[in-house]
Amino acid sequence: MKIQQAITKISLKLIIAVGIVTIAIISIYSFVSIQAQRDELLSQTEVYANKLSETIRNSTHLSMLENRSDQTHRIINTIAQEPGLREIRIFNKEGRIMFSSQKEFIGNMVDKKAEACYACHTANEPLEKLPMEERMRIYQTPQDSSRILGIINPIYNEPSCWGAECHVHPQEQKVLGVLDVKLSLKDLDTQIANSEFRSIIFAIFAIALLSIIIGIFVRKWIAKPVNELVTATDRVGGGDLNYVIKDLGSDELGLLGKSFNNMTKKLAEARLQLFQSDKMASLGSLAAGVAHEINNPLTAVLTYSSFLLKRVNNADLQEDLKVIVRETKRSREIVKSLLDFARQSVPKKSNADINEIIESALSVVDNQIALKQIKLEKNLDKNLPRIKIDSNQMQQVFINLLVNASDASKEKEGKISVSSKMISLSPHGTLQIKNAICSKRHSLMDEEIKVDGMPTIKLKINQNDKEGFVNIDPIYGKSRNNYSFEIKNPKQTQIACPKCNILLAVKDKYCPKCNSTIFSFEVPPQGMFEGCINPNCNWERWESIDEAGVRDYIELKIDDNGCGISKENLPRIFEPFYTTKGQKGTGLGLAVIWGIIDNHDGTINVESELNKGTTFTILLPVNQQGS
Amino acid sequence: MAKDEKILVIDDEQVILDAVSRIVSTEGIKVDVETNSKNALKLLSQKDYSLVLCDILMPEMDGFSVLEEIQNKKINIPVIMITGYSTVENAVTSLYKGAIDFIPKPFSFEELESAINRGLEYYRLQKKVDEAKSQKNVGAITFVPCPPKYFRLGNLSWIKLESEGVAVLGATSLFLETIKGLKNIELMNVDDVIIQGDSCANFVSNDELVHHFLSPVGGRIIERNEILSNEITLMEKDPYFAGWIYKIIPADLEHDMKFLVSCASDRM
Repeated sequence: MKIQQAITKISLKLIIAVGIVTIAIISIYSFVSIQAQRDELLSQTEVYANKLSETIRNSTHLSMLENRSDQTHRIINTIAQEPGLREIRIFNKEGRIMFSSQKEFIGNMVDKKAEACYACHTANEPLEKLPMEERMRIYQTPQDSSRILGIINPIYNEPSCWGAECHVHPQEQKVLGVLDVKLSLKDLDTQIANSEFRSIIFAIFAIALLSIIIGIFVRKWIAKPVNELVTATDRVGGGDLNYVIKDLGSDELGLLGKSFNNMTKKLAEARLQLFQSDKMASLGSLAAGVAHEINNPLTAVLTYSSFLLKRVNNADLQEDLKVIVRETKRSREIVKSLLDFARQSVPKKSNADINEIIESALSVVDNQIALKQIKLEKNLDKNLPRIKIDSNQMQQVFINLLVNASDASKEKEGKISVSSKMISLSPHGTLQIKNAICSKRHSLMDEEIKVDGMPTIKLKINQNDKEGFVNIDPIYGKSRNNYSFEIKNPKQTQIACPKCNILLAVKDKYCPKCNSTIFSFEVPPQGMFEGCINPNCNWERWESIDEAGVRDYIELKIDDNGCGISKENLPRIFEPFYTTKGQKGTGLGLAVIWGIIDNHDGTINVESELNKGTTFTILLPVNQQGS
Repeated sequence: MAKDEKILVIDDEQVILDAVSRIVSTEGIKVDVETNSKNALKLLSQKDYSLVLCDILMPEMDGFSVLEEIQNKKINIPVIMITGYSTVENAVTSLYKGAIDFIPKPFSFEELESAINRGLEYYRLQKKVDEAKSQKNVGAITFVPCPPKYFRLGNLSWIKLESEGVAVLGATSLFLETIKGLKNIELMNVDDVIIQGDSCANFVSNDELVHHFLSPVGGRIIERNEILSNEITLMEKDPYFAGWIYKIIPADLEHDMKFLVSCASDRM
């Protein structure tokens, strides 16, 4: 469940990050748009207020001129009934309210420090002309929650005023009074609040929706594959190298899954090879021990019996002794073949035609195949070159595989096909350095430190007077080199032969990949091998091999449509003493085959599916010129 | 057989010592046996022996070390290696290290007898050579050393490289001398594969003993010297040229050469 939590954490983090970004974007956007909306609405209201103020002034102009205050009152009251209009009032120059839509205020004096007067009366000498924008004011009275827009409109002394018959206003007076209109901004405020509310709701909704979408996709695209990868890692870590991740798609995680599967496959192969080498080694020492122990008593039996056979004249006794001698000699052959089985380190190789070997193996198992009425298909490439192989061992391989195929096949329905052909593979990662010498012809091979059981190439390295060794991976292009100390400055490292100290670093030539020092030694008879000393660089060059390009192999396939091998058994079939044939088999066959192929520098692979069949593929290197 | 000839047998298995001494003593040859290789070396420096039979796998000190010790002490005695771990590698290594022969266990009475006969004959020839050398009488030496450019496996077989990867092989004069009267030779067939250190022909002597001829290199036989079946004496007359046995294509000459001695280095 820890995985689940980790996954949740990833999605949670993503959701939080995206949420914050969304909030920021929506907030800024909303703020700007609400601000613009607010300004727009306000300016509309202002225009309206201004027009209204002008309308009142114009409509009251005549009644004022005629000094008919009741009519002025009526006009004001009528207009004040307009919704949103709070108050209309007119006060004279002294500040006395002459007219108001709210009767109770008529006659009151206006405080010059009050809101409405502020615009003109800030200076000691009151202003007589006022710009349009400064006539407005927005304020909020404590007893009322809604804001109020007030607009003042000075009533100037026009010729018609001071020229009127009443002579109320002297000509020098500039401003006669002020028309003050107050509009409630309640509607506008409600509108803005609504719009803010909508923005917030939209933001919340957007974040929630994004979170859900991110959550779903994180789960689909990350959580599931990561979960699968974690499970796979646990299984493989636990030793189950057969675990295969199902297809995770073609994205990065899918690629990771594929390369994980590839890694597991390689790991399983490497483990099998290692295990095999190990088993074969112990089997070898076991057989050697057994042979040695059995040979001593057999010697006594054989010498005494053959000695007696020579000395005894009794014909009956001679016959009996002959049996003893013959059977002891037979035992000797059995022990010898056991020793030959185990000691596959030096195959007795000679140039041979692999097709001939296959044919002769087929002639051995022909009977068995014919008896079961199994169909046999041969697909042999007639133009194969002769290769250096141990014909007897190789024949044993084919007989074994063919007998297995025939055993696995059903009577009358079975089909076995044998094929041989040439294929070409890159030398990188496959070719092994088996011999290396310095320019004074000292062997550089080291049997003590091995990579995958193969002897390495040992070079002396010197860096800042610190001396050590590096063991070079014998497989061309793999660079699993082993350093006795850490190389800090690969550009100033000296490399020499451990025996004669002759320098192996190449003068005036540096690694084309990392510019470090490069070393070279001879691999007789395949020319010079060059490599980079930098532990982090894998540059290697083997010119003669590179020039020869891809290496040729003979590919041999033995395919049957028999019962197949189950997935659980498949990785174990090359193990010594492992058998599914019960009493019928010794469990040595495939292990021996594996050893034989390995000793021929070849590889053997098996593919099988239950009830569909099995295919064994053998690759044998074709000896190239000069090797 | 000369009565003063004595054989030393070294093996950690008493049953082998019993069997060998039983057979050898009925032939009228004196025999000492020793289970401990270090004691055996002491015996060798104290007494005169004509031949040593020595096991390879022994506790304390193995047969190869005994062989080296004998050479270090310059004891002039032929050594035949016997082993239960009868691999061709052991055979080849034994011969390379100076043993005159190699018998894989289990061996039959006849195999032991023929090897001992050859060993004792070898000793006698060696003695003759020493005497001839001290008397400056080179003419008394009846065997010819192999020519330079030849390589030999122990003192048994030789090989000469010809052009185009073909090699010729045959038996050394010394080996043929130790057989005493070659009557017949049983050869393998063309296209057969032979292995270095493994028997590739049987030499039958006049006394009906079969002598295994160990091949100097591994490879595939491409030609046999058919004249030999009609004219077996050709081998003894001209062992290094007309008396060749097989022409072969060596399988892994580079590997096999490690165990061969150049004849150029042992010219007298």
